[in-house]
Amino acid sequence: MSVQFIVHEPGDMVGVVVVEGVKAGQELTGWIMDGDKTISMKVLNDIPIGHKLALKDLSKGDTVIKYGTDIGKVVAPIKAGEHLHVHNVKTKRW
Amino acid sequence: MKLDGTIMGYRRENGRVGVRNHVILLPLDDLSNAACEAVGNNIKGTLALPHPYGRLQFGKDLDLHFRTLIGAGSNPNVAAVVVIGIEPVWTQKVVDGIAKTGKPVAGFAIEQRGDVQTIAAAALKAKEFVQWAGELQRVPCPIKDLWVSTKCGESDTTSGLATNPTVGNAFDKLYANGNTLVFGETTEITGGEHLVAARCRNEKVRNEFMAYFNRYQDIVEANKTNDLCDSQPTKGNIEGGLTTIEEKALGNIQKIGKKCVVDGTLDKAEAPTGPGLWFMDSSSAAAEMVTLCAAAGFVVHFFPTGQGNIIGNPILPVIKLSSNPRTVRTMNEHIDVDVSGVLRRELNMDQAGDKLLEMMVRTANGRSTSAEALGHREFVFTRLYESA
Repeated sequence: MSVQFIVHEPGDMVGVVVVEGVKAGQELTGWIMDGDKTISMKVLNDIPIGHKLALKDLSKGDTVIKYGTDIGKVVAPIKAGEHLHVHNVKTKRW
Repeated sequence: MKLDGTIMGYRRENGRVGVRNHVILLPLDDLSNAACEAVGNNIKGTLALPHPYGRLQFGKDLDLHFRTLIGAGSNPNVAAVVVIGIEPVWTQKVVDGIAKTGKPVAGFAIEQRGDVQTIAAAALKAKEFVQWAGELQRVPCPIKDLWVSTKCGESDTTSGLATNPTVGNAFDKLYANGNTLVFGETTEITGGEHLVAARCRNEKVRNEFMAYFNRYQDIVEANKTNDLCDSQPTKGNIEGGLTTIEEKALGNIQKIGKKCVVDGTLDKAEAPTGPGLWFMDSSSAAAEMVTLCAAAGFVVHFFPTGQGNIIGNPILPVIKLSSNPRTVRTMNEHIDVDVSGVLRRELNMDQAGDKLLEMMVRTANGRSTSAEALGHREFVFTRLYESA
């Protein structure tokens, strides 16, 4: 079955949109690669291909997990289904 | 895919296997580019490799300059070399370094002679080399004799999902086959350095890797004006959905697969001393890193891209793969291997890895890569600091 977003690992907090033209309000099907599970999620923003959606609500200061690993910190609150990118997440390095 | 077979390659004088048969015109310095390009215009079948450096460099930076030039000339994809430099002493140093491989090499210096006479003499030698190289025959060579490098570019989130894991799958198979492999991009491991460290063969290799990693972090810390959000990740990375260096790095290191062990570390442009997976301390800029791989003796390169980096190299064939369906559609002429089927669940990782290895074999047998066909010949030197 084709999917609209992919998650690397079960504990990850983000999914990656892998199709073009995703619009706010759409109900998307996602695939968790590690473990081969399917999930669904309603997106709250238009999200370009390759960009991420949050899979859970996140608060300022939270650590974002992808690949089962820390990829940075939340700098503005994010709701599940929202676009997660440079406007609300920053590196912890440098 | 079976990797115990052969490809048709060029067995060089020193025993190494090449997959191309270039006669190159190698300038020692920026001043000698014009003469090399003139010889290239006169003698068909040669390849001039102009570059902007080689004057008043000193210390480790000069060592790296020589290592890059001598390494490029020594690469088994090169049949013979004409070196042209402004001064005879440094010219001869490059000639002597390349001559250790046993391949034909000749040097010409411009001072006290001028461009025109130099071009005439170098052109006659280049003609001799081209005619000699044209008669060299491809012979069956074990696939395990191929040295394979990797570096990704204009990465996005699809790189980490499918394209880099495709390289990782191929690397796991090549590693088990006894090939010689390299990865690098020191700053682009930031956030995943603990994962690479855990993959090092022993404490010695781990310490070497971490020393290279920490040295590069110190350079970033000393010179940065912000969190590098304008350059690492690049604007292209961010456009493609990558948010932080950590996310980019975790995608990047998918290229070393799940089973390979990091057997050793290399300084920039340094040749490995045996089979296995090597980490090379290197810039994450595509053309610099691929040039360092060419200078270290690698003969085939895997280049996964997300948003569509178009890089090539004059002597190292760059096989480009992507899983981003938009990039595969909009930049199709640059992509050698389309693995976007992984994202549609039409292709599993094992099949994707085999697809790449099949293209490696075809490329080694003589198929032009997209970058070669499009004329991408980026030959870009890494500099360590200012000239004197």
